[in-house]
Amino acid sequence: MAEMWINMGPQHPMTHGLWNLRIKVDGETIVDAEPEIGYLHRGYEKIMEVREFQKNVVLTDRLCYVSSITWSHCYCLACEAAMDLDVPERGKYLRVVSNELQRIASHLMWLAAYGPDLGLLTALLWALRERELFLDLLQLITGARMNQNYPRIGGVRNDAPGDFEKYCAKVIGHFRKKLGEHEKVFEQSKLFQVRIDLRKLDPYDAYPEMDFQPAVEQEGDSYARYKVRVEEMKTSCDIILQALHKMPTGPYRVKPPRRIEGEGFRRTEDSRGEALFYVIGDGDDRPYRVKIRSPVFSNIAAAPLMMRGNKVADVVAIMGSIDVCVGEMDK
Amino acid sequence: MTGALIDLFGWSYALASFLLWIGAQLLGLGNWISLQLGAPSPGPLEGMIGFVTGAPLTSLVAIILAINILLLWATAFHLLIVMWIERKMYSRLQDRRGIMLGLGSSEILRNTLGRIPLIGRPFRKASHLGTGFLQTVADGVKLFQKEVITPASADKWMFHAAPVMIAASTLFLFIAIPWSDGFWIMGSRLPNGDVVNPWGVLVILGAFSVAPLSILIAGWASNNKYTLLGGMRAAAQLMSYEIPMVLSIIALVVFAGTLDPFQLVRQQSAPLTFGLGPFGTVQIPWLPNWYIFNPILWIAFVVFFITVIAEAERIPFDIPEAEAELVEGWTTEYSGMRFGIVFGFKWLRAIAGAALIAILFLGGWSGPVFAQVWIPNIASPGNLWPIPILPQEFWFTLKIYAIFVVFVWIGWSVPRVRIDQILNIGWKRLLPLSLLAILLATLARGMGWF
Repeated sequence: MAEMWINMGPQHPMTHGLWNLRIKVDGETIVDAEPEIGYLHRGYEKIMEVREFQKNVVLTDRLCYVSSITWSHCYCLACEAAMDLDVPERGKYLRVVSNELQRIASHLMWLAAYGPDLGLLTALLWALRERELFLDLLQLITGARMNQNYPRIGGVRNDAPGDFEKYCAKVIGHFRKKLGEHEKVFEQSKLFQVRIDLRKLDPYDAYPEMDFQPAVEQEGDSYARYKVRVEEMKTSCDIILQALHKMPTGPYRVKPPRRIEGEGFRRTEDSRGEALFYVIGDGDDRPYRVKIRSPVFSNIAAAPLMMRGNKVADVVAIMGSIDVCVGEMDK
Repeated sequence: MTGALIDLFGWSYALASFLLWIGAQLLGLGNWISLQLGAPSPGPLEGMIGFVTGAPLTSLVAIILAINILLLWATAFHLLIVMWIERKMYSRLQDRRGIMLGLGSSEILRNTLGRIPLIGRPFRKASHLGTGFLQTVADGVKLFQKEVITPASADKWMFHAAPVMIAASTLFLFIAIPWSDGFWIMGSRLPNGDVVNPWGVLVILGAFSVAPLSILIAGWASNNKYTLLGGMRAAAQLMSYEIPMVLSIIALVVFAGTLDPFQLVRQQSAPLTFGLGPFGTVQIPWLPNWYIFNPILWIAFVVFFITVIAEAERIPFDIPEAEAELVEGWTTEYSGMRFGIVFGFKWLRAIAGAALIAILFLGGWSGPVFAQVWIPNIASPGNLWPIPILPQEFWFTLKIYAIFVVFVWIGWSVPRVRIDQILNIGWKRLLPLSLLAILLATLARGMGWF
């Protein structure tokens, strides 16, 4: 068969969102690939320049609606670095807890989307069933299920309810059992034997008090990425319980200055990889310039390398495994 | 008399005779009127009356009626029930209730029929408590209402021919598959009362392999890249699965010595018997002689089961229509009821596959012995007559649904396999296994073991 280009998107079950992956196939084998992005470009960095620092948290929440808190957290860290602001201890711990809850919810959303990608619709329902518990926890601590608007420059918006630890322990105990079932379902079919290169995940730099091992796999294939995410969910469970256990009492928020003179730079471990915020303030109450680095954006750029030589069905497995979130990719 | 409830040809013959008798009466009325109007004696329609009530036309009408009854039984009864089973079953696997549309879901029915004191009860139920059986009907009605679109660049004749081929070959399967000793189309009754159809299984297998060819045609004629890939995948899958399927059946045929579904079922309804070569035979009276109980045929059974799943394009092997990468595969361009046909007949092929598994390995329509009551035969004193408590059709349907539930169970708990993996499974695993099954069956038959 002659080679031909096939559009996988923008309206295609493979794309979780609006983007287009053009693949060139020779029969079933992929010869070349070319991602086309920008369908969801909203001009985030420009919009943020005309809004006050504190109000931008609402925007950064919407960078990726599946993983709102981690993005807002990263933005707040960058602003605090620019302000040389010290966050109270309790605020730091609450951030860790909400961050990890959000990460588990995000990974479960990824697991839910990955199931139908591989033709397993049951995984969708199962993962969403578990995600519901973590959304409930997030609702308990932040008051909302999506776009929580929880982190603040200088801390978090509100304290956790008194019996939060009890609920967390209950949910996590249940979830650890259920995660085994999910693993059984997925690992019975070793169909992700696709070797591609992917940067190894950075270990965390914002969690010095916590005792945990970052999830890293030596292989760089889709199966390894799957294992990393499942491992991360387990690690997050540990971190949440540790953080709740060690959490000190005291204030959870300080009042930040309205204006920033200088620049702040912070990178964190987002649910999908390395997120980066670079904020420059010129003494105004609005940022002079904001730069967002999205992990999905840089992973998508590697799509041609990852695709070449694989089969058409692998497109879904590979692209699903890097957990594309078009909101943060197109900014 | 055997345990069949339905005597298809007898009933169709009676129905045809009745219909033709009505026609003859009408013709006779016309004849009488024309005689009254002064036509010469025996009347102009007298010859036609003789033709209408004659045996040749009655037989022809009876056969047409029998085919129609069987197709209605397959599509209007089994198709709806099986779709309902699948949707309810996978919903339970996914921790939800699934379709719940019931009679009470229609507000019009609730307010009209539901108001009637005694018979209105099922219509009065709240909508969310229905069984969901009406959902498949509603989906069918929805598909009927949709526009049938033909792509401008499609090869129109082939595009239209493919669903017809799929529908025809799938319905032909149901003509070829017998449902009980009396409920069959293909076959002939011997003077001693046994039914034979010496090449039945072969005909069924032949009808099975038409559908992938029409999928290839549909994929090519749609003139779409996704459908083209889907059609090519169907062709590759056909090549890699037809061969192990036929070979595993050859193992069974070598062992059983017949391709006749009636004969196979008759052999399997006896008590379980193992041959031990020079040591005679062992009989286990409380188990039927199903071929699944025979260790020699286990390999053939496993291979055949997997290939039937692939043949019916159920989920682990549904790569021709992998919705994740190929949108909806070869059915992408079909819409309206044409899509309904190509989509719904997949279930019919699954039923046919399950029926074939039941006939070949699970004793077909033969039920447990206790399902029959023996009463003295008045015509020949001293003989006993078996009267079935549950007819053969019931047992056969039960087995088909049980096998189908296993299909659904497998289908909704494993991800889809990739095209190269499917070929690997077909050529490197199933083909050697089926050859091994033939070897074992031949050895066992030749040495008198099992």
